[in-house]
Amino acid sequence: MKVAIPADSKSMDSKVCASFGRAPYFVVYDTETKDSVFVENTAASGTGGAGIRAAQIIADQGVGAMLTPRCGQNAADVFRSADIKLYRTNDHSIKENIEAFVKGELPLLEDFHAGFHGRNRGGL
Amino acid sequence: MKQLLILSGKGGTGKTTVASAFIKLADAQAYADCDVDAPNLHLVTEWDKEPVRRDYYGLPVAELTPKLCTHCDRCRQSCRFGAITAGESYSVDPYGCEGCGVCAYVCPEGAIKMVPAVAGDLQLYTDEARVFSTAQLRMGSGTSGLLVTEVKKEMKEAASDSKLAIIDGSPGIGCPVIASLSGVDMVLIVAEPSISGLSDMERIIRTAEGFDTKIAVCTNKHDMNPEISEKIERYCAQRGLPFMGRIPFDPAAVRAVNNAQTIVDIECPSGTAVKEIFEKTMAILFE
Amino acid sequence: MKIAVLSGKGGTGKTLVSVNLAAVAAPSTYIDCDVEEPNGHLFFKPEIVREELITVKIPQVDEERCVGCRECVRFCNYNALAYVNQKLIIFDDVCHSCGGCVLVCPEAALSERDKAIGKIEIGVSGDVSVYTGILNTGEATGIPIIHRLLEEGSDDGNKPVFIDCPPGSACIVMESIKDADYCVLVAEPTLFGAHNLNMVYELVKLFDKPFGVVLNKCLNEENPVDQFCSDKGIEILGRIPFDHELASLNSSAEIVAHKQDEYRELFSSLLETIVKKMGESAGSKRDGVLSDLKKMSGDTVSGERGEALHGSHSTCSDGSVKGVKPKEVRSEAAVDS
Repeated sequence: MKVAIPADSKSMDSKVCASFGRAPYFVVYDTETKDSVFVENTAASGTGGAGIRAAQIIADQGVGAMLTPRCGQNAADVFRSADIKLYRTNDHSIKENIEAFVKGELPLLEDFHAGFHGRNRGGL
Repeated sequence: MKQLLILSGKGGTGKTTVASAFIKLADAQAYADCDVDAPNLHLVTEWDKEPVRRDYYGLPVAELTPKLCTHCDRCRQSCRFGAITAGESYSVDPYGCEGCGVCAYVCPEGAIKMVPAVAGDLQLYTDEARVFSTAQLRMGSGTSGLLVTEVKKEMKEAASDSKLAIIDGSPGIGCPVIASLSGVDMVLIVAEPSISGLSDMERIIRTAEGFDTKIAVCTNKHDMNPEISEKIERYCAQRGLPFMGRIPFDPAAVRAVNNAQTIVDIECPSGTAVKEIFEKTMAILFE
Repeated sequence: MKIAVLSGKGGTGKTLVSVNLAAVAAPSTYIDCDVEEPNGHLFFKPEIVREELITVKIPQVDEERCVGCRECVRFCNYNALAYVNQKLIIFDDVCHSCGGCVLVCPEAALSERDKAIGKIEIGVSGDVSVYTGILNTGEATGIPIIHRLLEEGSDDGNKPVFIDCPPGSACIVMESIKDADYCVLVAEPTLFGAHNLNMVYELVKLFDKPFGVVLNKCLNEENPVDQFCSDKGIEILGRIPFDHELASLNSSAEIVAHKQDEYRELFSSLLETIVKKMGESAGSKRDGVLSDLKKMSGDTVSGERGEALHGSHSTCSDGSVKGVKPKEVRSEAAVDS
């Protein structure tokens, strides 16, 4: 299965990016082949709806799980429609988070904050 | 880096006054002003050096080349924002344009292009010890979460070693507030004891509770309406939110600001109150 | 006669000024265009006589027709659409209702439906007609509500109209002052106040509106706003004192002009000054007077709108307009300190 993680820089040793929609890159890691690629997040510079477009980019990579510290409601809707499960990352590096995920140690991410405009949607 | 965000449900409650006092008390090495509509923090923090400036681009706006235009009127009919006016020649109102691109799409002559538009100005002040990031939106630009995100990003990148960052948030509950909230460790809400201030505070608390952050409250000008001030404290107690203290109505605070000073630079009742609030807030932030 | 009350930042006393001016001018009309945080109704406590939902157009998809070409997803500059698992998802709260997706869809799979983004409430409070715009939380823009409010509220006979604008100088403020005959800028006499005043000052100059400044929370001492106004030759219409009693009444959502003679006097004389200034500026602009008379004698609302839009357009297309730089604004305020 492929998993995606928001990254601040193109390194597996860097920390997970705090913002999902505005992360400069996503690491897409294949748990079977153990290959990883960095995908540029072209949504990061958008003025609105960045989370939606970022989720679209990830869904188009054929990813099965998304590891992220937080996620907006709108992006979460895209992930749900795409059958992508969300897991909450910790303060450690991308590499360590992937290892924790493989061992089944990352909890599911279940609370979503409202988007930049979606103040009245769920998650509050 | 521990990030403390100072917020209020609306403008004018004394958010910047509190933020500037905190910056002084903490001798903060990193701070930012996320009130990009009407930034004020730069007025009370001392910087001799000019900041590094960077343009902020919002959505593109339509640009019409009159000599290619055949007055077919399709753009005007298609624009939902009334941003295109017919006359001797057709033109685009840059303040009305919302950047959707419909006019460029319907124009059969290719007379309309979507061009990048500067919507604001990012400013980063740095010296050996400190970093201050701020920005100002241009007149007529809509509010933007992205500009707030950029302000915070510039601060974090320039001061990654700093243990504490103090962020003056945006007023209201709109998209810039959500952008200021993202990723902070603690929010201090400055509430004003008035009927509207109370409902503003409740809304901002509900918004902040959607984030993974500690929340605390203090009141400013608490003696303006002791009854509502007490209601605010009861509300916090009921919701389990730590109450940091009360700042009194203090003409000396105005004088301090007018001399480009913070309220802890002079001896005054509001300054004494804010020192106590600062200690309590730091204790919770670093606990 | 339409008077817009604005300020560079919330909390400066914009609502205090517009509510109390409307109260002393009664019979009058008060329009609350601060649709994100409408507070004027808390003071007037009007009896609501009519409500109207305000809607915008939002796309909807006919899944039978959608072939997944993603033309709409690519076109949308607001990222309001996503296509995953052979399904188009539409995010209403990010949509700006531009209609572009419907235009670009090659399969005619998209159409539009109405979606409520808020409402206007029309009420009465004594002799004051109170118009309140309320934007639902989470909506992208309140401009359609302001359009409707101003259409409705301005069509109310010959009564003076007071427009409580949203704070700041964003496009939503421009929309609120487009039709105004006069602008009252409210500022606090502080360093922050001078900086924030400068922003709305630039705005009313851009729209070529006659205007004056009201200082709120005045202490009897030198301050940066007085300095700013004297440097720029701006008229100070009135001063509201830094007064514990007034602040306390106002914080309890009382109309101070109804509570104490002293405050009634204050706002009555402010109103007189404004009316006098309006007469003077109208005298120097005969066209303005003529169009005012036309409006008063019941010209159609749509006619006014067209005129207003045209008026603002001709200002906006002026090349100099885009040159207003925040940094210039900033350095001026700094000099004042």
